[in-house]
Amino acid sequence: MGHGEAALRRLTERVRAAAAGGEQLDIRGGGTKAFYAEAPRGEPLPLAELTGVSSYEPSELVISARAGTPLLELEALLEHAGQCLPFEPPRFAPGGTVGGMIAAGLTGPARAYVGCLRDFLLGCSLIDGRGELLHFGGEVMKNVAGYDVSRVLAGSWGILGVICEVSIKVLPRAVATTTIAFDCDQTQALAQMLAWSAQALPLRASSWYENRLTVRLAGAESAVRAALVRLGGSRLEPETAERWWRALRDHTHPFFQPTVAELAAGTCLWRLSLPVRTAPLDFGSREWIEWGGAQRWWRSAAPAVQVREVAARAGGHATLVRAADKTAGAFARPNAAVLALNRRLKRAFDPAGVFNGGRLYPDL
Amino acid sequence: MNPQADDRGARQSEVVAALARVLPRAAILFRHEDTVAYECDGLTAYRASPLVVVLPETEAQVADVLAVCHRLEVPVVARGAGTGLSGGALPHRWGVSLSLAKFNRILNIDPASCTAVVQSGVRNLAISEAAAPYGLYYAPDPSSQIACTIGGNVAENSGGVHCLKYGLTLHNVLRVRGYLADGEPVEFGSEALDAPGLDLLPLVVGSEGMLAVILEVTVKLTPKPQLARCIMASFDDVESAGAAVANVIARGIIPAGLELMDQPMTAVAEAYVHAGYDLAAAAILLCESDGTAEEVAEEIERMTEVLTASGASRIEVSRDEAQRQRFWSGRKNAFPASGGISPDYMCMDSTIPRKRLAEMLRAIGAMAEKYGLRCVNVFHAGDGNLHPLILFDANDAEQMRRCELFGAEILEASVRLGGTVTGEHGVGVEKLNSMCVQFSPAEREHFFAIKRAFDPAGLLNPGKVIPTLQRCAEYGKMHVHRGMLPFAELPRF
Repeated sequence: MGHGEAALRRLTERVRAAAAGGEQLDIRGGGTKAFYAEAPRGEPLPLAELTGVSSYEPSELVISARAGTPLLELEALLEHAGQCLPFEPPRFAPGGTVGGMIAAGLTGPARAYVGCLRDFLLGCSLIDGRGELLHFGGEVMKNVAGYDVSRVLAGSWGILGVICEVSIKVLPRAVATTTIAFDCDQTQALAQMLAWSAQALPLRASSWYENRLTVRLAGAESAVRAALVRLGGSRLEPETAERWWRALRDHTHPFFQPTVAELAAGTCLWRLSLPVRTAPLDFGSREWIEWGGAQRWWRSAAPAVQVREVAARAGGHATLVRAADKTAGAFARPNAAVLALNRRLKRAFDPAGVFNGGRLYPDL
Repeated sequence: MNPQADDRGARQSEVVAALARVLPRAAILFRHEDTVAYECDGLTAYRASPLVVVLPETEAQVADVLAVCHRLEVPVVARGAGTGLSGGALPHRWGVSLSLAKFNRILNIDPASCTAVVQSGVRNLAISEAAAPYGLYYAPDPSSQIACTIGGNVAENSGGVHCLKYGLTLHNVLRVRGYLADGEPVEFGSEALDAPGLDLLPLVVGSEGMLAVILEVTVKLTPKPQLARCIMASFDDVESAGAAVANVIARGIIPAGLELMDQPMTAVAEAYVHAGYDLAAAAILLCESDGTAEEVAEEIERMTEVLTASGASRIEVSRDEAQRQRFWSGRKNAFPASGGISPDYMCMDSTIPRKRLAEMLRAIGAMAEKYGLRCVNVFHAGDGNLHPLILFDANDAEQMRRCELFGAEILEASVRLGGTVTGEHGVGVEKLNSMCVQFSPAEREHFFAIKRAFDPAGLLNPGKVIPTLQRCAEYGKMHVHRGMLPFAELPRF
């Protein structure tokens, strides 16, 4: 506790000095998601001193950890107790931290079936742009006292403050897990994923890539067994399945990692977030679909405006994840009214513009 | 703003005249006999007469009403069915109560994507009824679901008895659309699973009508489980019942519902609905499993094992749907049943870590003696969300005073045990003082800053949720008078 308090004091002092001196800070976790958003700017503010799980009792289904705690360490602790982070945060590389996971707000293959990272966030402490240490939410499942500030931090890319500690809801690991696969084209796969989602099935992930639909079932033994009989398909060996989902979750599959030469030639990795019912978008790009159809990854050299236009027409938005040139902006922009709210909230939390300037939008 | 009281008539005429230019006359109520029905919500102990009540029918009318109120600086209090339990819809004496009762259409049920688009005045249960032909339902089920509206659920981030497994309103809403205080149209969330920019949906859901007026909601529908069965387990003491709750979860089971009722509560509920409760038990647990027939059979067996090992003195598993509904009927009617044995009751709503349940129940028992009032307890035990019902007579000022102190002490104890002053009913006006205990001045200032970001003129539901510095200072003084410190030393994380 003493160690954490001293680290917190140093951090708040550093923030106050930066605010007074008109300095910009770049909040640093493990740097594993540096590529994802806009380029960082400002003086690095490392959180390596702010580590450790502060409380964890499996029967409470909550874990609280300081921001600099390595994500893999937290996940190992949960696994030891038969629990997990059900939203499967992507890790991209070893070395990621709990704070970075929250700031990026990304959710893995289970998204469409268990919810997103934000859904599992219960509370946080953060240092605002005035150097004040604040607490919002808590360690309990149900809490409507005041505005739900901690959940806004999910996916905020650190622009509102330094996330110091978070409490996250965790769940027991499924008793049984099986992965099955089917050969089919995109139209069939999308229709199939939709149809299954509307039934009481123990779905936990879905993916379509290279004319193969892969589905993970997880839950009670009996539920998985019954679903297997109902759905058919060919079963994957547990190790093969585990490798497959991990390659998708952490983007270690070559699909997600265009080579230097490919990037130089203009290939970009796009993430499209779309209404689940969106029909196949015939764009001529190599595509990987997950979340029952709601998340689609494209490798494309098409101009950014075109990709964003297609996504917006379908009722969604597109993120430029990997590219040699990100001048088109990593993230799509909300409409004017919501963008104005983004700006006003940024000013409310960080009036001097100390934190992670430009990480979400170049002008925010 | 805030003209003197004798100007109220003049102000009313001014506002009515301005509203009459954008609304049909029949949609504007201002005579006392017409507005009296709007004087309170489900927290009937608090009442105020609104300056004007409007009942718009179209979106354009709502935008116009907001623009008029913004121009004249008139507070606006949006209102659904008025079933809220914290006074969130309590009218403002100088304000317009904006009833969304006429926005009661289900716009679209899309069984393929498991979503429904509904207007905010649609009743919670009406969504599930409309989705039923497709084998789908809307999962959050607050006890008032027969009457409460989805707009009210969004405002309060309502829960229900099944939210341990299926989540709160926030977890089941994809998108909301409406207007800011100045009449500007806004949309939060998306038909996709996320939207660009900061995620503002969790700010708006649960904001008690203070950030925006919501007219349309896209909700997620859930496939109806094939089967649900419920265990009623009796315990000879509340400690074992509390421990059983933790044991069930520790075994890796997430029940569809996990509720605890103490003996006084079961007696009251049993007399009201004849649910078949074990009246000899010090506490009963209702523990529900849902899913496929195989899954439920497997889970009920595991639950029974844990509950027995935790010292359950009697276990009864629902044989059929009728009996399961009967088990729940007592729980769902806990509030009206309590209303039947006491002139009034005050329902508290704090949440604590599950492991402190027994300790909390003992503390509440001691408080009941101290304040000389009866209290019956019903808990969403799986979530650690408590609903102690303090029984009193509101016509007796002395009882009312003791009841308020009793309630405040429960909330303070909840914060001390690592919990929160409201789990699902909201702060409204009822828990303003308790917010001083849970949040520091800097934290409360951030709430005000968020409010200003959405509503710079401070016109949407002013005076609710966030206590002013002055109010907290007064409340703090009151604590010192009672020989207690306002818990300044407590870690609140």
